[in-house]
Amino acid sequence: MSEQLAPQQAPLVAPGDRSVWATLRARPLFWVCSGVLAVLAIIALLPGPIAGIFGQPDPRACNLADSALEPGGAHVFGTDLQGCDIFANVVYGTQTSLFIGLLTTVLCLAIAMVLGTLAGYYGGIADRIVARLTDVFLGFPFLLGAIVVLNSIGARSPVTVSLVIAFFSWPTLARLVRSSVRTVRSAEYVQAASAMGLRDRHILLGHVIPNSLGPVLAIATTMVGSVIVAESTLTFLGVGLRAPSISWGLQLSTAQSYFQSEPHLLVFPSIFLTVTVLSLITLGDILRDALDPKGRS
Amino acid sequence: MIRFVGRRVLELAIVFVGVTFIIYVMVFTLPGDPIAALGRDRPLPEAVQAQLRAQYHLDEPVWLQYLRYVGGLFAGDLGTGFDGRPVGDRMAARWPVTITLALTAWAIEVVIGVLLGLVTGLRNGGLLDRTVLVGTILATSIPVFVLGVTAQLVFGLQLGWFPIAGTSAGWPSAYLLPAIVIALFGLASVTRLMRGSVVDTMRSDFVRTLTAKGMPRRNIVGVHVMRNSVAPVLTFLAIDLGYLLGGTVVIEAIFNLPGIGALLFDAIKTHEGPTVVGVATALILIFLATSVLVDLVNSLLDPRIRHE
Repeated sequence: MSEQLAPQQAPLVAPGDRSVWATLRARPLFWVCSGVLAVLAIIALLPGPIAGIFGQPDPRACNLADSALEPGGAHVFGTDLQGCDIFANVVYGTQTSLFIGLLTTVLCLAIAMVLGTLAGYYGGIADRIVARLTDVFLGFPFLLGAIVVLNSIGARSPVTVSLVIAFFSWPTLARLVRSSVRTVRSAEYVQAASAMGLRDRHILLGHVIPNSLGPVLAIATTMVGSVIVAESTLTFLGVGLRAPSISWGLQLSTAQSYFQSEPHLLVFPSIFLTVTVLSLITLGDILRDALDPKGRS
Repeated sequence: MIRFVGRRVLELAIVFVGVTFIIYVMVFTLPGDPIAALGRDRPLPEAVQAQLRAQYHLDEPVWLQYLRYVGGLFAGDLGTGFDGRPVGDRMAARWPVTITLALTAWAIEVVIGVLLGLVTGLRNGGLLDRTVLVGTILATSIPVFVLGVTAQLVFGLQLGWFPIAGTSAGWPSAYLLPAIVIALFGLASVTRLMRGSVVDTMRSDFVRTLTAKGMPRRNIVGVHVMRNSVAPVLTFLAIDLGYLLGGTVVIEAIFNLPGIGALLFDAIKTHEGPTVVGVATALILIFLATSVLVDLVNSLLDPRIRHE
């Protein structure tokens, strides 16, 4: 999605100790982001028990008599207009957001690996077709395309929303895989493998793909964050998820109309959304710095 | 030059056909027969269905329907909304708001982004530099609508510095807050780009020569470094104007500004399919046109681009 420049970092590891893991380990931010993401992953995997910590395990157990309660008491984050517990909804929303973020990114990675490897390794006509195809997709704002397509799809579940976002966002990764594979292709060990008469399948799976995966995975981490933003923005606009799905975007979309009288409806989903996205994007940046030799010198 | 223009226009044509085809296939050829569904549980007579199909050209092959649709686009026909008015007409009345908003945001990006980039580039590694770096990461990570709603809550409602919605207060007070919010994302990129560019330029040979021959630092930075490092930023700024025009959807909805983005948002809320498609298509076409224009102007300014 957006291209970001790597932040300039002073070298933090002693020269000679330049393995990726050593570089990562030395950066406190890496641990902060991983910690936050680990907590979010636990929340997403066990939403029921986590939401139950404060005694409101069911996000759909709503009582209209408790409409728009301030935070405190039985409802730590308060309740929304329908009287549903905001904490339980935010917790279940974590599951939805991470699910869509990961599913979309995995789909994009799959498409990008196949097309990017074909284009980068074989070149020629395959390369030109993939290049034109990515030109088309990167040639216009992603949000507008997604609005048009989602608007014409009636039933929108997390899976369909993922499919549509993936449909528009694979080209960034495909270009990256292509350039990564092109660099690896001319490496001596690949030439050696090919001189030894290994089959293309062996060269690709055993040598080219594993060695070109690093930078791609770093960008994929950032992409999970961008996808989560995209989903919540589309949902906020009314073309993403719909009730009965539970998502931060939906919560914010309802809350926006009442922000003057009930600001607490906005605050908690916003914080969760921002912290999640911030950790993913920062982690992606750190990974890329660590994997990019120029960033480490 | 002519070859360059030709190649760029050809690329534009490919993207244009690709985009319109994706939209067309996605929107108009999804499974389900709208004509058969018109009568709900009391199906229309065959003859009426056939007549309606002929009227809307639905009995023709898909490629011919697609050509008709593209032909309509060239003639400025973006489709008709449910109220019977052409989408193009409804958009016309709303352009001033969107253009004002986009230009205000753009001006903020230009002035503040270039200045911040210059200052942080010159004080590479200082406290200000690091603060700005953290700021740019925050600005690119927080979703625009979260920023928008938060700004509305804090600066509009609690501090009361800006009107919270509508355009009745006029320019600049009604536009300033939404413009700052949409400018932040681009602002972060402009700052980073400009900073990197300034750092590179400061290391170049000609700056060392100028310093050596005793030119005051103010002149070196103000005239030479500025001019040489602003070029890559200009390209970004130009393309970003196209993005801003499209990116106003979210912010116009939040701040209730009656522009093109709000039209799109309202059409989504009221399930007016044709209007959604028409407005989004128009915004995409504007974006495509801007990016080609930027390339052409760039190639005039910097001949090296033509020979890439």
